[in-house]
Amino acid sequence: MASGTLTAAYIAATILFILSLGGLSHPETARRGNLYGIIGMTIAILATIFSAQVSSYIVLVIMMTVGGAAGMVVASRVQMTEMPELVAILHSFVGLAAVLIGYATFLDHSHHFVGVEKTIHEVEIYLGILIGAVTFTGSVVAFGKLRGKIDGKPMLLPARHLINLGIALACIWLGAVFVGNPSTTSAMWALIFMTLIAFAFGVHMVMAIGGADMPVVVSMLNSYSGWAAAATGFMLSNDLLIVTGALVGSSGAILSYIMCRAMNRNFVSVIAGGFGTAGGTEAVAFEGEAVPISADETADLLREAESIIIVPGYGMAVAHAQNIVSELTTTLRNEGKNVRFAIHPVAGRMPGHMNVLLAEARLPYDIVMEMDEINDDFPSTDVTIVIGANDIVNPSAQEEPNSPIAGMPVLEVWKAKNTIVLKRSMATGYAGVDNPLFFRPNTQMLFGDAKESLDAVFKSLS
Amino acid sequence: MKIAVPKEVHPKECRVATTPDVVIKLRDLGFEVIVETNAGAGASFSDASYTTAGATIESDTEALWRNADIVLKVRSPEHHPALNKHEADLLGDGQTLMSFIWPAQNPELMDRLAQKNVTVLALDSVPRISRAQKLDALSSMANIGGYRAVIEAANNFGRFFTGQITAAGKVPPAKVLVIGGGVAGLAAIGTAMSLGAIVRAFDTRPEVKEQVESMGAQFLELDFEEEGSGTGGYAKEMSPAFIEAEMALFREQAAEVDIIVTTALIPGKPAPKLILADMVELMRDGSVIVDMAAEQGGNCELTKPGEIAKVHGVTIIGYDDFPSRLAAQSSQLYGTNLRHLLSELCPDKNGEIVVDMEDEVVRGTTVIKDGEITWPPPAPKLSAAPAKPASSAPVQAPEQSPKEPRRGWGSIGFLIAGGLALWGLGGVAPAAFMSHFTVFVLACFVGYQVIWNVTPALHTPLMSVTNAISGIIVLGALLQVSTSSFLITLLAGIAILIASINIAGGFLVSQRMLRMFRK
Repeated sequence: MASGTLTAAYIAATILFILSLGGLSHPETARRGNLYGIIGMTIAILATIFSAQVSSYIVLVIMMTVGGAAGMVVASRVQMTEMPELVAILHSFVGLAAVLIGYATFLDHSHHFVGVEKTIHEVEIYLGILIGAVTFTGSVVAFGKLRGKIDGKPMLLPARHLINLGIALACIWLGAVFVGNPSTTSAMWALIFMTLIAFAFGVHMVMAIGGADMPVVVSMLNSYSGWAAAATGFMLSNDLLIVTGALVGSSGAILSYIMCRAMNRNFVSVIAGGFGTAGGTEAVAFEGEAVPISADETADLLREAESIIIVPGYGMAVAHAQNIVSELTTTLRNEGKNVRFAIHPVAGRMPGHMNVLLAEARLPYDIVMEMDEINDDFPSTDVTIVIGANDIVNPSAQEEPNSPIAGMPVLEVWKAKNTIVLKRSMATGYAGVDNPLFFRPNTQMLFGDAKESLDAVFKSLS
Repeated sequence: MKIAVPKEVHPKECRVATTPDVVIKLRDLGFEVIVETNAGAGASFSDASYTTAGATIESDTEALWRNADIVLKVRSPEHHPALNKHEADLLGDGQTLMSFIWPAQNPELMDRLAQKNVTVLALDSVPRISRAQKLDALSSMANIGGYRAVIEAANNFGRFFTGQITAAGKVPPAKVLVIGGGVAGLAAIGTAMSLGAIVRAFDTRPEVKEQVESMGAQFLELDFEEEGSGTGGYAKEMSPAFIEAEMALFREQAAEVDIIVTTALIPGKPAPKLILADMVELMRDGSVIVDMAAEQGGNCELTKPGEIAKVHGVTIIGYDDFPSRLAAQSSQLYGTNLRHLLSELCPDKNGEIVVDMEDEVVRGTTVIKDGEITWPPPAPKLSAAPAKPASSAPVQAPEQSPKEPRRGWGSIGFLIAGGLALWGLGGVAPAAFMSHFTVFVLACFVGYQVIWNVTPALHTPLMSVTNAISGIIVLGALLQVSTSSFLITLLAGIAILIASINIAGGFLVSQRMLRMFRK
């Protein structure tokens, strides 16, 4: 294939990728968006395979077939509740691929650069491997945390900021050694050392971030995987890689920003890790008695209610309760009640997590509201059901200036006439903050597994 | 602050600006409420019920106006027959009036109020943005009007709305045409549907189609391309060719339907004439036309504003006071709209109002501020689009403000540093690199623009799609795999393998997820 045709194919792919992201602006166009992405990817891969630079096909075809098949098997088997884990592990693949390609480029001596071009090329290789390595181990640790294989609590080493600083300095120093080093062997060693340090940095960075901040981490790693692809594009002088990498990178960066804003936190403080360690003052301890409620009483309340808002949280995902939530909603809606869902931007473990689960349970998306759309409606709501959410409905964010989550926008569920909180026990949420919501006079607690509790409510109701 | 609620003086006006329920909420906000004797009588709220809710009753109208800080009314101030004085003259320095004003139609009233050195908030001038919906008294009244219009039609229509097959024979369902799919039109559609009629609707604005269909009615379409959406959610005037096509449609429908409800209004203009005399003649005897635009001259040529006319066997209802005919309901909704406005103005719940002209909603609603006419307000930014940024938690605001200036300097410093870095880079880097760099920067901006449009509900699919797309890194490995070096082939091969997992897995799982999103 001539290089002009190749460029044309790359332009087509670029446009399709942009259309693909644009299509995601609305649920109705989103599937078409995904289709554009698939077409774009197919065009790009086919054009590259048939370009002049590719001549041996055996390894290529075997690897692509095996990889593609493996990806399809995983994707068709994964449960929707495991979506964050899947996305995290897929990010790690992009990171690792960037590292491998970086090394392959370094070993490839068929292109000869001189002067400034050589320096730039080496810097590109160095950066590509660095970003790729951090993405790789960071994503693996995030995967472990989301799976529950690694403890979700932030791991705070005593001098973690110093460690990070040391790693940064070491990377810069190794970079100086690597770039322009006449000896291939010592340059190789510098590169290997840097890779190991970057691996360690990725682990350390994500280990220090608490479970509640996972939506930020996942979208940040999404961003990194994009930058890794862009760096690879620079390394190989491939514009399609640059464009696509930049699209993905900026997409992830914006998502991280949106998530941070939803928690009223600074991006740097999330990345620097820990939670609630900064505030020196003691948070007020809340005292009071939580009033338990039975499933039958809950059903009675729902029967009399006109308007109901359901606030799902990570607990719904853990209990796999989305289907019974959907059945309950359909029953209540058939009785003419106004049932809606209030989704906090950081509910769950990745951006939009709750929406995906509710969509899986076949709930119509037009009764699923964002926080800003629905927060004013709580005072006129008869019953609010909080399913396994804690920090995102905590009134101390608004009322308690010393609270570690002070200032974080929250769903004002306590303003509803009745609030029922489904919860396993009185334990605190990921932020480790007590929730005075449980002790409000209009709050009642339905203890137990969310799915079992809702099953009982559903039986009692019908 | 003291809130006064006088009795409406307009003939046959039954509404009142507050209800006992609202009084309780107003007192929670810290206000004192004084209601004129018999103010709620027309809407079936007795003086006793106001007293129970915590209001005081005042029989002396002039004293009521004089002692108030805030006056709540429904109709704009007009001549008071009992006192033989204009209501505007009852107002004095520093008072605040909240009512319908219609500043565009009533310039004299505006001047008169401005001279009194008062602040006036016009409930008809609330900006049509999402955040202000809870104060939108026009929508509340239009909703009631639409309902009442169908009830009036039913009252004057000699048959059932719903079709029935009875032992005494078959009854066909009534066919209702609703012209104009605004709030009133949609309310009329809903009411007629729930009575069992077959409902069709027409509107010049194509985006209304979905709303009409969501109410279960059939949306009539013209074979004609012209966009009828104006600013602020209203319709604009259409071209002659369009109107001709529209007339043909109405003529055809007139012969078929039993009831026509017209709700077509264009802001600041007389109502468009849509049902002409010959179309009325085409309608069957016993048919009913309800002209909700009667006050603005009517959508039907034969409408007599304020009364019921019988022409060619067709009853044409030209009432201009539908909301007042459902006074208890209207008063309750209007009173609640006013309460929402007052709680916007009184964030501290201490019974003191602050007219903050920086707030887009308050700015739009305030037509006179301390004797100075502030109408019309600057144009609203978006037509009926969600206004997100304004509604963050109020607690945050004071904490953030001191940080602002620093952040401003930071970003300027950032820009300067970025500019210098770019300049330095351009000085040393070769042309090939700079062209790649251009592509990179542009792509970042495209990504930035595109991603902000993504709805939060789709953030997870977005991540999985971008993740799949970032599998494009496979290209790098594809280009490397054909070398003679075994090591490079090995590295590139593994890279192809894992990137392929990423591509196939990412796209497939996105497809699975997106298939689940349904309406």
